[in-house]
Amino acid sequence: MREPAISLHHLLGLEGVSRQDIQILLDTGFRFREVLERPIKKVPTLTGVNVVNLFFENSTRTRISFELAEKRLSAEVITFSVASSSLSKGEGLKDTVRNIHAMKMDAVVMRHPSPGAAVQLSQFVDAAVINAGDGAHEHPTQGLLDMMSLQEKFGHLEGLKVGIIGDVAHSRVARSNIFGLLTMGAEVTVCGPGHLIPPYIEDLGVGINHDVDELLTWADAVNVLRIQRERQGVGLIPSIREYRSQFGITNERLARHKKSIIILHPGPINRGVEIDSDVADGDQAIILDQVLNGVVIRMSVLYHLLGARVPQETN
Amino acid sequence: MGQQAALPKELLITGGKIYDPATGKSRREDLGVKDGRLVDPASLRPEKAQVLDATGCVVTHGFIDIHAHFREPGREDKETLVTGSQAALAGGFTRVCVMPNTDPPIDSPEGVRATLERAEGLPVRVQVIGAITKGQRGEELAELREMRAAGAVAFSDDGQPIRDGQLLKRALQYTKDLGVPVINHAEDVHLRADGVMNESALSTRLGLPGNPVEAEGAMIYRDLLLAQDTGGRVHIPHISTALGVAQVRAFKGLGLAVTAEATPHHLGLTEELMRGFNTQAKVAPPLRTEENRQAVVAGLLDGTIDCIATDHAPHTVEEKEQDMLRAPFGMIGLESAFGLVHTTLRAAGMDIEGIINLLTAGPAAVMGFDLTPLKPGSPAELVVLRPDEEWTFTREDIYSRSRNSPMLGMTFTGRVVATLTPNGWFIQS
Ligand SMILES: [Zn+2]
Repeated sequence: MREPAISLHHLLGLEGVSRQDIQILLDTGFRFREVLERPIKKVPTLTGVNVVNLFFENSTRTRISFELAEKRLSAEVITFSVASSSLSKGEGLKDTVRNIHAMKMDAVVMRHPSPGAAVQLSQFVDAAVINAGDGAHEHPTQGLLDMMSLQEKFGHLEGLKVGIIGDVAHSRVARSNIFGLLTMGAEVTVCGPGHLIPPYIEDLGVGINHDVDELLTWADAVNVLRIQRERQGVGLIPSIREYRSQFGITNERLARHKKSIIILHPGPINRGVEIDSDVADGDQAIILDQVLNGVVIRMSVLYHLLGARVPQETN
Repeated sequence: MGQQAALPKELLITGGKIYDPATGKSRREDLGVKDGRLVDPASLRPEKAQVLDATGCVVTHGFIDIHAHFREPGREDKETLVTGSQAALAGGFTRVCVMPNTDPPIDSPEGVRATLERAEGLPVRVQVIGAITKGQRGEELAELREMRAAGAVAFSDDGQPIRDGQLLKRALQYTKDLGVPVINHAEDVHLRADGVMNESALSTRLGLPGNPVEAEGAMIYRDLLLAQDTGGRVHIPHISTALGVAQVRAFKGLGLAVTAEATPHHLGLTEELMRGFNTQAKVAPPLRTEENRQAVVAGLLDGTIDCIATDHAPHTVEEKEQDMLRAPFGMIGLESAFGLVHTTLRAAGMDIEGIINLLTAGPAAVMGFDLTPLKPGSPAELVVLRPDEEWTFTREDIYSRSRNSPMLGMTFTGRVVATLTPNGWFIQS
């Protein structure tokens, strides 16, 4: 496989990533789909390349998706899951840096509860850093896989109208979607309870609408965010009943709209809260495509960031 | 880079312009220093006296910082009274008031006396601010009057706001006849919540929890009302918002005897420093937007804000190497204070005398200190400034035990050339 090069050393977020680079990452992702359809779902691209997955926060789905992507590319993989409760005082990023140096890693995939943790890490290590989610900041591979799934469905991203519904304030998925989709020429409107839409979000270039039905009338696709009833002991929504009736994507609500709106969800799903089970399993949802595209887009990212690091054969 | 030593027994400062903030007058003449006091230069022995050539310099009263954290006792790994004093001297300060949020907090007359005893003979004069509440827990009043008798110069739970308005009201009523300020860290803790930077388009972009201007505005408004209600002496620390400045201006306009300070970082820096997730710029109250910064500068220009105070807040390298959520709030500020303040306020049109007043006569008036005039007999508490010197702030300029500053690498106009006290002597090399 020969692919055009991207201009990134790390993937820390989608903010500031060029349209060209995003398109290359998506295109390579589609080509890796073919690999997954082969009987032997593995290529030797990253043989001899060492990748460490560092999860300072629980995320089975993202971790497994990265591990699969790495193994499909034949990388050497180590995974550390560190519960954030054991991120005790004085321990943390600096120790991570030292360990990465000591283990001679080529790439670090990191999930961390603090916004900017991947950016901070990238300032101290030579290894390529891939942000697998940093607090409420970014989750760039999620943004890419969402865009890939939309492109697959619609054939284009330019001019697409995408709604993002839910707790936008605390969502890294929302930010990566916003930065990526706007760069690709899509339109984005965020929707949710007023206190979960962060202040000044319109400065990012998105619209705001607190009425889900109006949003559904406008949108070609909606990305439904997971809602947590409380965060750090602070109640965010008065009741599940109220959230569901006001902001939930229910069958009745969808039935009121004639056109077929595509539904995305980054998972894990709270069935019956932000989205009805029937909707999540229905024809309009492309949630399983997202899971598949998650693996191949991560293969694409690893390929582009690490391809040049593959040990060269000499004769 | 400079050096610190004992003050020469005899010193002649020659060729400089003398500005005396005690009188507001400037003059051109030589100054003599002998045995830690100002003397008639004619009384110096020419063969014994060291000469400091102050050509192109302004010689003035040493700066006074009324808001610094020296961390002793309890966190001597961040700073001690000795290292903090050395940092102060290098910054042109000859007198510093230290905040009581040590471990344990300075909340008793014994604590005040112990710190004053340990501070004896240090290069700068250290004075103590006592805690408002026992253990700085915000629950019951500390022995305020006994602390005052032991030498406390103000009261503050700084670092922790007094949430309970009734409690602060009692503190103001209880201390109003003492004539010393009560300083409440002006942030509503519920509005501040878990904010680690200014709430703005940038905080939304970075996904960092925001601390809104209203957190400061609401608390300042409450404290101003309590000052008006009780007749107590309220001093507003580290004002960072246009909202806060406007309220202080309004209440001063109504005749309220309230005072306020601004830090070098709030008048000179903005939240833009957070863009790269720089923990060195994480401070409370946070660095704000350019509009807020300009409002703070305007408040200094029109006298709404009475003085500059550094809020020098040392933290270890290890603590600041943590992620954005866990790194502690605060930056050191003594060594860079004059450079940043002078660069910023000169650009805003303030003259050198006005800038010096904000670092000398201003803080003295807030605290009720007498400012000794620059004349024979007065103790030698001097700073020599070269307003036109451009310099870059580096690690070499830091005397603090910590080095948590977002200003490293910044270029300033205006530098401290030398600082003199009866017990200390700093000279730029
Ligand atoms: Zn404070």
